[in-house]
Amino acid sequence: MKIIVGVSLVPDSTTKVKIGADKKSIDEAGVSYILNPYDEFAVEEALQLKEKNGGEVIAISYGTDKAKEAIKKAFQMGAEKGVLIKSATADFDTYTAAKNLADYIKGQSPDLVLFGKTSIDFDGLSVPAMVAEMIEYPCINVVVKLDINGNEITAEREIEGGKEIVVSNLPAVIGTQKGINNPRYPNLKSIMASKSKPVEEVTPTYNGNKYEVTEMKLPPAKSAGKIFTNGAADVPELVKLLREEAKVI
Amino acid sequence: MSNRILAFVESKDGKFKNSAFEVVSEAKKISGELGCEFEVLTIGSGIDAEAENLGSYGASKVLVVDLNDLNSKSKFPGTQYSHSAFAKVVAETASQKGANIILISGTGLGKEIAPRVAIKTDSAFCQDCVALHIDGGNIIATKPVYAGKSMIDMKFNGDKILITLRPNVFKPVKSGDAKAAIEKVDVGSLNLTDKDFSSAVKEVVVSSEKLDVAEADIIVSGGRGLRGPENFHLVETLAGVLGAATGASRAVVDAGWRGHGEQVGQTGKTVSPSLYIAVGISGAIQHLAGMSSSKTIVAINKDKDAPIFQIADYGMVGDAFEIVPALTDEFKKVLGS
Ligand SMILES: Cc1cc2nc3c(=O)[nH]c(=O)nc-3n(C[C@H](O)[C@H](O)[C@H](O)COP(=O)(O)OP(=O)(O)OC[C@H]3O[C@@H](n4cnc5c(N)ncnc54)[C@H](O)[C@@H]3O)c2cc1C
Repeated sequence: MKIIVGVSLVPDSTTKVKIGADKKSIDEAGVSYILNPYDEFAVEEALQLKEKNGGEVIAISYGTDKAKEAIKKAFQMGAEKGVLIKSATADFDTYTAAKNLADYIKGQSPDLVLFGKTSIDFDGLSVPAMVAEMIEYPCINVVVKLDINGNEITAEREIEGGKEIVVSNLPAVIGTQKGINNPRYPNLKSIMASKSKPVEEVTPTYNGNKYEVTEMKLPPAKSAGKIFTNGAADVPELVKLLREEAKVI
Repeated sequence: MSNRILAFVESKDGKFKNSAFEVVSEAKKISGELGCEFEVLTIGSGIDAEAENLGSYGASKVLVVDLNDLNSKSKFPGTQYSHSAFAKVVAETASQKGANIILISGTGLGKEIAPRVAIKTDSAFCQDCVALHIDGGNIIATKPVYAGKSMIDMKFNGDKILITLRPNVFKPVKSGDAKAAIEKVDVGSLNLTDKDFSSAVKEVVVSSEKLDVAEADIIVSGGRGLRGPENFHLVETLAGVLGAATGASRAVVDAGWRGHGEQVGQTGKTVSPSLYIAVGISGAIQHLAGMSSSKTIVAINKDKDAPIFQIADYGMVGDAFEIVPALTDEFKKVLGS
């Protein structure tokens, strides 16, 4: 089975966001980066499928040089090949990322493409489906359980209040959600082995942008709340305020 | 070029979700500001009478695609619906009607089909918009990024635009009691092929009869401060009195006290209820990411320095085991239940 996994590098989720001097992006100083947590599920799923069915796992990323860190994390988990579609700038939109990934993936004709359901920075929840459209593969996103039998796929997708059982066929694009598996921790052996794996660099096919960020702002500051400290004795007052001031009850 | 808006709204079992009224109202508002026409599209069975009522939110015409007719084209037996086919219906309708601006509600279904429609229609795309405004004739969409820690304003290149609207954020606005005209769309005219049913939903499993956090107007969430799953009845009873959904922090979901479906936060669900009550939840940044856009936040925590108090509108510093039962009783009293 030839499996391609899309990986991206994102600011650690505890990062305190400061707006950069351009007022259009974050100030990167002091920000630490991690492999997008949802992509860890995708890498793990790919490795498990390979362990069961044979084949290879190729980690790919679209981004600047820095994105190699994400690929290296996938190497440490056990991916064998890595490809960076190297953007000259970090100023690209979701469409541009999807388009470049799709153009590369198309030429590879994989059996399966895995992504995390979304990346935690821009949270567009759209790259898996966009890539799938571009390469004309079916797509199932937000997947918490994946069964592949021959070329038949049965997946469980998380929705509001439950799940959907979705059927499709290989080749396909799958977006992974927490719950699908427990990503492995790299062991010393795989960390050592990962050091000698080269990341192949590929030139982007598309450099446009479909949207531009005109401004980045912090969310409107909340005014300080009313804090009560007398325990249950304050309950009647709280309920009164919820009814009369906040008008939510 | 002149603009034309298509709003795709979701129905289930012959009823519209609240998000449908939000999207129609926003389409009405934006069409007014742009001075253009808008139409509404929905896919469903037995939905016509309900669809007429969208007129009271300003829709003059609703295009209705019959779900059973659509499903009859599926190659997968037992298809209930298909995200890929829905995407084709929206894209094809937009192109037949000459709509260049598409609005979709950012529900689970909406977010799933929208990126596909964006590619099919070659539109610039914003997923999960929380505010829209017009600036010099251009649409500007505001979207939370970095787990809600900042917001971006997006301007679109070109005049084809697709936007999904975060549920519960935009206001449904009733503008009268006019009935919308219904136009039945012949499925045969939509140029569907086998490829358009590349995947299909065969079964929808409802996790419980309970209200889901993603759709609830009031949420009572519990965290590790409740000490164990046996104490969640406190949260459930309070939620019961308020007609609220129950939510949970990741810590308690990971500990197996509650199901993942209840998890609120960055790796759980994003919610924007009018009231969010956080019980024994510290307010880690990843939890805040999922609930900070709630309209009113009440925090109950015995640690006065817990970060949750920084975003709470009302904070109760104290023991949840005393406060929650008292709160439940007080609500029972004032709500007469
Ligand atoms: C990548 C990543 C993603 C994450 N995603 C999520 C997510 O989606 N959602 C999420 O919630 N978390 C998420 N987390 C975890 C998050 O960082 C916190 O660990 C988690 O939210 C803590 O849950 P908690 O508040 O229930 O527990 P704790 O942090 O242990 O807080 C318990 C609180 O209860 C209070 N308390 C104790 N006893 C009482 C009492 N008797 N009465 C009143 N108060 C009491 C304590 O003062 C404390 O503030 C994520 C973490 C990472 C790294």
